[in-house]
Amino acid sequence: MNLAVLGAGAVGTAVADLAGEYGHTVTALADSQSAAVDPAGIDVAAALDRKRGRGIVGGADREAALSTAYDVLVEATPTTLGDAQPGFDHVAAALDRDRHVVLANKGPVAERYGEVRAREADSEGEVRFEAAVGGAIPVLATIEDVGPDHISAVRGVLNGTANFILSRMAAEGLAYEHVLAEAQDLGVAESDPSFDVEGTDAALKCVIVANVLDDEREYTLDDATVEGIHGLPASALELAGADGRTIRLVGEVRDGEVRVAPRLVPENSAMAVTGTQNIVQFETENAGPLYHSGRGAGGPETASAIFADINRLDGDG
Amino acid sequence: MSDTEDSRAYTVRLELVDRPGELLRALEPIAGQGGNLRSIFHERGNVTPRGHIPVEVDLEATPTQFEAIVDALHETDINIMQAGQDRYGEEFVVVLVGDMVSADLSELLSRLQAESGASVRDFSLTGPDGEQSSARLRLAAESGSVPSILQRLRTIAGERSLRVVEPLAPGGGR
Repeated sequence: MNLAVLGAGAVGTAVADLAGEYGHTVTALADSQSAAVDPAGIDVAAALDRKRGRGIVGGADREAALSTAYDVLVEATPTTLGDAQPGFDHVAAALDRDRHVVLANKGPVAERYGEVRAREADSEGEVRFEAAVGGAIPVLATIEDVGPDHISAVRGVLNGTANFILSRMAAEGLAYEHVLAEAQDLGVAESDPSFDVEGTDAALKCVIVANVLDDEREYTLDDATVEGIHGLPASALELAGADGRTIRLVGEVRDGEVRVAPRLVPENSAMAVTGTQNIVQFETENAGPLYHSGRGAGGPETASAIFADINRLDGDG
Repeated sequence: MSDTEDSRAYTVRLELVDRPGELLRALEPIAGQGGNLRSIFHERGNVTPRGHIPVEVDLEATPTQFEAIVDALHETDINIMQAGQDRYGEEFVVVLVGDMVSADLSELLSRLQAESGASVRDFSLTGPDGEQSSARLRLAAESGSVPSILQRLRTIAGERSLRVVEPLAPGGGR
């Protein structure tokens, strides 16, 4: 397949870098200012070198990336809330041309799911977004396989940064601010960590899951009840630990409700993953609980979910 | 024949005079009749209208043994406030976070018990950790009532600006 990759952050560059290994050709790679475009396939290594050296991927206009030849648009620009721009326009542009779209960007499917689906219905192209939820973990594919009607709840630890902070606090008895600073030094937390520690990122993922589970109505971030881990004292983890429990930032989709909050879980339970690890539990009607755990973020990890989506397009492409 | 009967869970609420040895005197008839003690919640700090200390005892016994236990307790001067098959089918734990000093925790617990029907089984407090302390509560509830108790707790705690860290599922989650 020919891929146009929008976004040249960790995910976009990993997709470009690994595309050849998966048998695909990159015809465009764009960041927020520039693009490398070649219908015969760009020189990915050179584009990534330019990105590292000069901060641009190529000499072309980023609009050129959207209008070049491709089969699949890989949308990996940063997630934005509200109107989900520019991601939403990119999705619309590809669908208007009857091209497929594979998203890592959560915005369009969390904030404007109904519009995305409506445009998809009018297009020959298909929209997939496994990479938007749980990085490498096949969350949406599992829902698809089991069947949304046979899943009564989905719960998960879906933010590696928050989980890193909580597990360090519990293991070392350290204060929140201390561990946050450490996480920032290690590059696990962003300099502005609010998206992660206030639960927004986990909530967006849960909203996407809710949209996939429930085709009766549309969910957006406004429908989620969100409480983060910001300011949780070490004493709370200590008390939980003394009783064989710990605290995890858990997202839950159940009975049409989306909720993200710190929750008590048994220390030795599957949900008590440590570090940046993620886990998702599917409560199924006929098969009990299913669990998937793994890396919920990272360039190559998220790229692997994108390639899995591209493979799923193959059949009816 | 007690051998052929199944053991069941019972809860007995007793009223004890606050003097040494009283708790032991109350428990002897239970053990003496073959009851299996599961937990004892001694609500020190709370008093009954008569100025005594309420104690809640969970035990396992066959129905025959339980009758004998109640008879034996009646023979002492210990007042039985309530005796019956366990009302509390589920236990769960929550952690509260915030400024406990101004939150008046004992009033919060009394209200929660009175308004939701939950029973506070165990309680631990740490901190303060800066402005914040944490408290861990083990609550017992009738089967099926956990969601409504959590709802009540959220409201009562919210009025006091306390955060509630809830269990992922009643009983602590998987």
